[in-house]
Amino acid sequence: MLKTFSLGGIHPEENKFSAGKKIEVLPIPTQVSVPIAQHIGAPSTPVVERGDSVKVGQIIAKSSGFVSANIHSPVSGKVFKIDKVLDASGYKQMSIIIKVDGDEWEESIDRSTSLNREITLSAEEIVKKTGEAGIVGLGGATFPSHVKLSVPPGKTCDILILNGVECEPYLTSDHQLMMEKGEEILVGTQILMKALKVDKAIIGIENNKKDAIEHMTKLAEQYKGITIQALKVQYPQGGEKQLIDACIGREVPSGKLPIEVGAVVQNVGTTFAVYEAIQKNKPLFERVVTVTGKSVKNPGNFMTRVGTPVKDLIEAAGGIPENTGKVIGGGPMMGKALASADVPVTKGSSGILLMPDELSTRGKTESCIRCSKCVSVCPMGLLPYLLMTLSQKAIWERSEEERVMDCIECGSCSYTCPSNRPLLDYIRLSKGTVGQIMRSRNK
Amino acid sequence: MNVVLITIITLSALGALAAIILYFVAQKFKVFEDPRIDQVEEVLPAANCGGCGFPGCRAFAEALVKSDDITNLNCPVGGADTMQAAAKIVGKEVGTAAPMVAVVRCNGSCENRPRTNSYDGAENCTIAATLYGGETGCTYGCLGLGECVDACNFDAMYMNEKTGLPVVIEDNCVACGACVEACPKDIMQLRNIGPKSRRIFVSCVNEDKGGPAKKACSVACIGCGKCEKVCAFDAIVIKNNLAYIDYEKCKLCRKCVTVCPTNAIHEINFPVRKPKPPVEKKLVGKVEEGTVKTPTPKPATELKAESPKPAAKVEKAETSVKKDRVVEKKDDSTPEKKDKPESK
Repeated sequence: MLKTFSLGGIHPEENKFSAGKKIEVLPIPTQVSVPIAQHIGAPSTPVVERGDSVKVGQIIAKSSGFVSANIHSPVSGKVFKIDKVLDASGYKQMSIIIKVDGDEWEESIDRSTSLNREITLSAEEIVKKTGEAGIVGLGGATFPSHVKLSVPPGKTCDILILNGVECEPYLTSDHQLMMEKGEEILVGTQILMKALKVDKAIIGIENNKKDAIEHMTKLAEQYKGITIQALKVQYPQGGEKQLIDACIGREVPSGKLPIEVGAVVQNVGTTFAVYEAIQKNKPLFERVVTVTGKSVKNPGNFMTRVGTPVKDLIEAAGGIPENTGKVIGGGPMMGKALASADVPVTKGSSGILLMPDELSTRGKTESCIRCSKCVSVCPMGLLPYLLMTLSQKAIWERSEEERVMDCIECGSCSYTCPSNRPLLDYIRLSKGTVGQIMRSRNK
Repeated sequence: MNVVLITIITLSALGALAAIILYFVAQKFKVFEDPRIDQVEEVLPAANCGGCGFPGCRAFAEALVKSDDITNLNCPVGGADTMQAAAKIVGKEVGTAAPMVAVVRCNGSCENRPRTNSYDGAENCTIAATLYGGETGCTYGCLGLGECVDACNFDAMYMNEKTGLPVVIEDNCVACGACVEACPKDIMQLRNIGPKSRRIFVSCVNEDKGGPAKKACSVACIGCGKCEKVCAFDAIVIKNNLAYIDYEKCKLCRKCVTVCPTNAIHEINFPVRKPKPPVEKKLVGKVEEGTVKTPTPKPATELKAESPKPAAKVEKAETSVKKDRVVEKKDDSTPEKKDKPESK
C-alpha cells in the first residue's frame, strides 16, 4: 500500500504525452521580454537602462525587499527598452526588453557539465547565494527560495522534503529533469540539507514515474540521509501540506507554514537550480518547460530562457493544432489560460498546454444538487459549496470562520462538480477579500 | 378554596415584587434616545443604500441628530427636500450639495473595441478582473459582466446587450455610489448633474500610451493633450495618458469635445449642433460664451450616448433618452445606432 495524503484528492487522466522526451535546448529568440515581477512578493527594481549591453547571467533587476528576488539577463545583447508589456494575465506589466546579440555569458559562470560534488560554502553563504541567484520555487508558486531556507528564530527544521511528485496531469518537466539530472538534484539536496542544518531528506515521487523512482533510488544510495519515497498517484499531492502529510504524516496547522511541523519543502527543479547556483555560479535564467496537448505534433520538454515568447515554444512543438481552444500556462488543474501567445516564459512557467476545443470550455452552470462531491475531494477539508455561496452573498466573516484562507486553489472541487459550478472562482474572490480584511485588521 | 386564595395571593405578591425590581432596574439602565431620531428616520427614504456613507438610514438619522455640524451630510436619494425636512426637525442648517449622477466612463462597445480573446469563467466582474485583463486589448475598460447593474438597488442601470456596456437611467439614479463601489475597473463615477442635466466627461479610463490605446479601442483617450490646451478654465488635466475633466471647473463650453480626435469626450443632454453657426448661436444661447465662437469643424451626426432603453422601460425612461445626445464622427456610427430613428 503506497503512501498518500489523508484527505480528499482526485485522480484525473494523466495524459503525460511528453514523458521520456529528452530535454531539448530551445534556440535563443531574437528578443526577450523579462517581467520584473516573476515571483511572489515585491517586484524587483531594474538596474539597467535603455541601450545598456548585458551578458547572459548579468543582474538586470535587484530584489527590492526580503520577499523578492533578483532577476538576471537570460540572453546577451542590448536593452531595447523598459516598458509595460502584456504578461500572462493579460495585464500590462513592467518588463525589460532585450534585443539578442550572440550568446556571451558572464565569465564567472562555469559552463562545463561535469558534476561537482564538493560543497565548500557554509550554510549562511548558501542561503545568501541562493538569494543572489534569484532562485524562486519552480513548482509554480514562485516563492523566493532563500526565504524558505532562512528558518525563523524559535523554529526548528528537522527534515527536508523534495517535491518530485508532479501531480498535475500532462506536465513532465520535473520527471525528465530527474531522469537526466538526477545526480545534480541529489547534490543540490545535500546543499539544501547543509543550509537547513538537517541530516534527513525525502524525495517524494508519484508511482506513475516508476523509471524516475528506480533511477533516483539507485543514485541516492551514494548519498547519506536521502531516501526516495514512492507515493500513490493522487492530485494535489504536490501541494506542500499534502506532500508533508503523505511523506511523514504530519499535519500543518491551519494558517501556518510547513516550518511549524519542522519541515521545508522544495521542488526538484528548484533543487537543480540551487545546485547550478552554488556549484556552477549560474543564476536562474532558464528552466525546463513542457509543451504538450492531445493534438500537439511534437510534445516535449524544452530548456527555455526566461523571457522567450510562448509562441516560440509552441512553434518548437509543431505549432498550434487547428482545434485548439485554449493555450494554458501551467498544468491543466491550476494553470491559467493565456490571453495571447506573445507573453513571455517566466520563472514560474512549468508547462504550456494546448487544449483542444472540446476540453477547454466550461459546461453550463447548473444548480447545486447537494451531492457533496466537492466536500469529499477537498484536500484541505473545506466545504467548497458553502464557501461559494458565502462568497456570492458577501458574508466574509463566516467565510473566514470556514477557513477560506486554507484553500490551496487546487481546483479539485470545480473539477469534480457535476453541475459545473464555478466553485474555485468564487473561493478565490473570497480569499482575496478576506485576506484584505485580515491585513487591515492587523494594521 | 383556601388553596386557591393562597395561590392568588402568592402569585400577586410575586408579580408585584418582580414589577418593583424591574422598575428600578429599568430606571438604572435607562438608555435615553432622542425622539428626533425616529422623526428624522421617518422623513428619510428608507432605501438603506449607504449612499450617505452611513450603514443605513437609521444610522444616518442618528448622525443628523447627534452631530453639531451637518452641512457636510447629505442624503443623495432624498435630495434637497428630504434634507430640508430633516433640518427642520433637528433645527440645524444643511448644506446644499449639488445633485450627482453616475456616469459610465467607457465607450468600448463591440465595434469600437475589437475582441482578442473570450472569457468563459464565472459571470462576475471582480473575479474576471483578478484573473486577467479582459476580452479586448484594453485592460482598463468595461468587462461587461454587469456587476454594477447587480449592485444598483434603484433600477437605474441595465446592460445594453448590443454594446455590452452598462447604461445609467438618469431619472432613476440617486447617486448612492453602489455601482462605483462595485466596479473593479473604476469605470463608474459620480459626477455633477450640471445645469439642465448637461455635462461633459471623458468616457475612457485607459492609461496606455496613445498608440496601444487607439489600437485597442477606436474611441480611447490617447492623452494627446488637445483638450487640455483648448480649455480656457483649466478644467482638464492629463495624467497617465488620460484626460480628466474636473466638473467643478468645467463651464460646459464644449471646445474640448470639438478638438478630441477620438471622440472620447462625451457631451450629454446638449442640444444638437447644426452645421450653420447662426442656428447654433440660438441653440446654445444660454451656455457659456466660448461655445458660440467655436465653429463646428464638420457636420456631425447625431447619436445617442447611452443607448436605447429596453422595451420594458416606460415613457419616463424614454424622455431621458431624448436628451442623451453625443456628437460623433460619421465613421464611428454603429449599425445599431443607425437603426434607431433620431429621437423626436
